[in-house]
Amino acid sequence: MLKKPVYMDNHATTRVDSRVLDAMLPYFTEKFGNAASRNHSFGWEAEEAVDRSRNQIAALIGAKSKEIIFTSGATESDNLAIKGVVEFYKDKGNHIISCVTEHKAVLDSCRALERAGKATVTYLPVDKYGMVDPDAVRRAITDKTVLITIMWANNEIGTIHPIAEIGKIAKEKGIIFHCDAVQAIGKVPVDVEKAGVDLASITAHKIYGPKGIGAIYVRSKGPRVRLTPQMDGGGHERGMRSGTLNVPGIVGLGAACEISGKEMPDEAQRLIQLRSQLQAGLFERLDEIYVNGHPTERLPGNLNVSFAYVEGESLLMGIHDIAVSSGSACTSATLEPSYVIRALGIDDELAHSSIRFGLGRFNTLEEVDYVTDRVSREVKRLREMSPLYEMAKEGIDLKSVNWKS
Amino acid sequence: MAYSDKVIEHYNNPRNVGSFAKDEPGVGTGVVGAPECGDVMKLQLKIGDDGVIEDARFKTFGCGSAIASSSYVTELVKGKHIDEAMTIKNTVIVKELNLPPVKIHCSVLAEDAIKAAITDWRKRKGDKVTAEEHPAKSKEA
Repeated sequence: MLKKPVYMDNHATTRVDSRVLDAMLPYFTEKFGNAASRNHSFGWEAEEAVDRSRNQIAALIGAKSKEIIFTSGATESDNLAIKGVVEFYKDKGNHIISCVTEHKAVLDSCRALERAGKATVTYLPVDKYGMVDPDAVRRAITDKTVLITIMWANNEIGTIHPIAEIGKIAKEKGIIFHCDAVQAIGKVPVDVEKAGVDLASITAHKIYGPKGIGAIYVRSKGPRVRLTPQMDGGGHERGMRSGTLNVPGIVGLGAACEISGKEMPDEAQRLIQLRSQLQAGLFERLDEIYVNGHPTERLPGNLNVSFAYVEGESLLMGIHDIAVSSGSACTSATLEPSYVIRALGIDDELAHSSIRFGLGRFNTLEEVDYVTDRVSREVKRLREMSPLYEMAKEGIDLKSVNWKS
Repeated sequence: MAYSDKVIEHYNNPRNVGSFAKDEPGVGTGVVGAPECGDVMKLQLKIGDDGVIEDARFKTFGCGSAIASSSYVTELVKGKHIDEAMTIKNTVIVKELNLPPVKIHCSVLAEDAIKAAITDWRKRKGDKVTAEEHPAKSKEA
């Protein structure tokens, strides 16, 4: 029996894996020590758990344990990376290279630095698949550039950037390379050494771990990356992030990393299969639908589709027993459609019509079939109600219409 | 966002969805909004020679609240004289459907659609009336 509602929004967050929860639970109760307590067994036990987690995270991304700094999540990691680098290296320069489709935590950190007069930022465009051109990164570099910050994979359209190529350019030019790797870690192979990444943001809740815990990878050698801390206090995490460690969360993040690493090959293949099935099913039943994002360089669980002539929020309303998200303006507070979809250069109308399906560990083939059927039927119903669909079928070019708005 | 029961009801069972032929006698068509804004409403009114709205049809591209607003409007205007329909304010729609502030633009669009449809009808009728030698009425319109 299919259990409803169906959750297919795994880019937003994921359910905690029961194995992760089991690992965490003792650290709330009998093993509740403070990892900074150096003089009794409660502290030692907690510290041991933290060290084990550091190893598990490091192993997943090809880093050394001491290069993992715990934070409250990816937003904090992004802030620490961007503001920390710009403030520490202010004598070297003040220019950042980023990209228009980055997560808000990156874009708003950059904007905050711009507003404060601490940095100038180049926001690189993307191609129609949402990919940044490494040559554009190279061309944007000036003698003032101190940081390149480009995400590994996009959270809306799943496009995977050519990170290793950008890493190579960064190394060549001696510029620090930060990568928001939140969506990629645990889903596709991430190796900070091979990719030449110097800073990487990580969060637990996208990989079946708990919310409120994340980490940042900080390269220790070649180059040794320095950061100005954004949180002052007891000097935890080698002075880069003060604050008592969230031991149960950290244990959860470590366990989530270990499980994701072990199961990645099988899980990725299974998700690609489910996604292909979903995509094929929708294309079979509906005309005029378009995939947003890269056809091949894409996260296994991601499918972002625009259903022409149907507004995204109304579609979500019709499929209320399915949890997905939309790039429609109406789903955001700003009344602007998704800036990521718009950056692909497609019409705003199609941005309003986009739906993101995020498949994950707990989705089944049965759920995919249900979603395919339910979405197709609702799109057809709404198209019967859509004046745009009617006009298009009459052969009217919607672009030629003089809209009074 | 949580929708009001009335929005959900109209969304699930929209009233008077469809189209009249644009050149059908007595039909006024109003199309308001723009695709890039995520809202387009087409409202059609069938209006008698006495100026009473006999029937209405709509098609809407937009969020659930936009669909519900246009669906409600088709019910609201039926049987009303156009002079009265022209005075319908968006606040009536907001109140009936319990629209939150962020959705008020949907009700404004629906109000605009009524006015646009009646204006279109007057324009079409005006031409025809002139041809049928009723200059006084066309002036009034």
